[in-house]
Amino acid sequence: MKKLINNPETVVEEMLEGMVRAFPQYVRKLEGYNVIVRADAPVKGKVALVSGGGSGHEPSHAGYVGRGMLDAGVAGAVFTSPTPDQIFEAIKAVDGGAGVLLIIKNYTGDVMNFEMAREMAQMEGIQVASVTVNDDVAVENSTYTVGRRGIAGTVFVHKIAGAKAQAGGMLEEVKAVAEKVIKNVRSMGMALTPCIVPAAGKPNFTLSEDEMEIGMGIHGEPGTMRTKLMKANEVVDHLMSKILADLPVESGDEVAVMVNGLGGTPLMELLILNRKASQILEDKGIKVYRTYVGEFMTSLEMAGASITLLKLDDELKSLLDAPADTPAFKQL
Amino acid sequence: MAVDSAKLIDIIKVIADKITENREYLTQLDSAIGDADHGINMSKGFRAVVEKISDMGEKDCGTILKTVGMTLVSTVGGASGPLYGTAFMRAGQAVAGKNELDFNDLVSLMEAALEGIKYRGKAERGEKTIVDALEPAVEALKLRREEGLETALRDAVEEAKKGMEYTKDIIARKGRASYLGERSLGHQDPGATSCYIMLEAMAARLLDGKKS
Repeated sequence: MKKLINNPETVVEEMLEGMVRAFPQYVRKLEGYNVIVRADAPVKGKVALVSGGGSGHEPSHAGYVGRGMLDAGVAGAVFTSPTPDQIFEAIKAVDGGAGVLLIIKNYTGDVMNFEMAREMAQMEGIQVASVTVNDDVAVENSTYTVGRRGIAGTVFVHKIAGAKAQAGGMLEEVKAVAEKVIKNVRSMGMALTPCIVPAAGKPNFTLSEDEMEIGMGIHGEPGTMRTKLMKANEVVDHLMSKILADLPVESGDEVAVMVNGLGGTPLMELLILNRKASQILEDKGIKVYRTYVGEFMTSLEMAGASITLLKLDDELKSLLDAPADTPAFKQL
Repeated sequence: MAVDSAKLIDIIKVIADKITENREYLTQLDSAIGDADHGINMSKGFRAVVEKISDMGEKDCGTILKTVGMTLVSTVGGASGPLYGTAFMRAGQAVAGKNELDFNDLVSLMEAALEGIKYRGKAERGEKTIVDALEPAVEALKLRREEGLETALRDAVEEAKKGMEYTKDIIARKGRASYLGERSLGHQDPGATSCYIMLEAMAARLLDGKKS
């Protein structure tokens, strides 16, 4: 394992300290907790948004803390959900009296830890609602699993629910628009290489030079299918066909596209993927309203990418267009 | 059997040692169908537990167990933290205020732990989880209650082991492993395994000095 770290045990704390030192105008860290909150938290009268999850997905989630997106990002150990006490502290720190919305990615651990934190906050009289993001179409959404995972589509939930809260939406309204995003967002990813959790020191699965993994999660967990390496266009064809089979879009509809790098894939390759994704949509008469290409929800140094489509209506378009100013997501 | 606070702390320390001994093994099981952190997180949690409870000998058994639960919840993370944490907290509630535990208390606290895990994880037996090891053990304890601690406990450990091994033959329906569908077949569930390790450690300490 070759990593630029000091000690596998302290990577999360050191990362957050580095972040606060880089962006003091945006964020601060809660003393004694791995929680990043808006520098001006709590924002009085505004619904507060709290998200989080295991670390290793940077810039998710702390990178999206700022005006127009999140109020707090809770950072667990690498690929491990944060604990309820940490989430509870975040909720208390950002509650501005208008209630708190928890944005949870659908993983067993995250759901349970956020649920316990919500129970703790409600016992203290804080109004807390939650939504669970499950955009990953690689996982079959059947009664025999815990349902789809939440991956890069979560960033659209942060953006749009964040804009609604910033505009003065009530907790119920912010929750409703977050759920609308969840209903209309689909993602799928693929990997060329595994990644190494610092504390584990070795990769979780191995891929030979001519193999790739389709539909893997963002925690180094194996995917749903392993195949021979395909060309970029074929990869996009495959991912897009799965996404489009699940998302009810038709000619004339408008979508936002996110081509997300998993940490070890250069922008050149992400743009090549976007070229094909955009062509596929064009051929189907689906209009691309906005495109985001870059690293939004990574998996440490994994090489690979995910594609996310969000079907838009007028409300979602205007909230997506609203300004956001955070360390990792800036939109005028 | 009579377990006072000092002995309870001792049992929990034995459990912690066994979890630490099996750190790599549990992580290895988890890397096959999960995210390769079960052993790491559990041993981290139990290290914190030992630190917290070492000087709690003056406290009652319920308080000690609740402290174990709260410490696990705040240090383990993932799914195991809330699950084992809830289990120990519920176990503590079941014997709240008691300075000494007898066999009946053991049965009630184990039942409460099982219910806590099923509530938190919304899991039933046969879904490749902790429940597959814990539920048969609790059932054996209840079934063999009349035959005394030793028989009941040995049987419970035996049933937990069978349950743990059975997780190899079933498809995961809860947790991250459920995403793998049939690819989870053939792999033993790390949660059921850590549960068995804990039960075995507890039984070994309780039956210390008795011939096997």
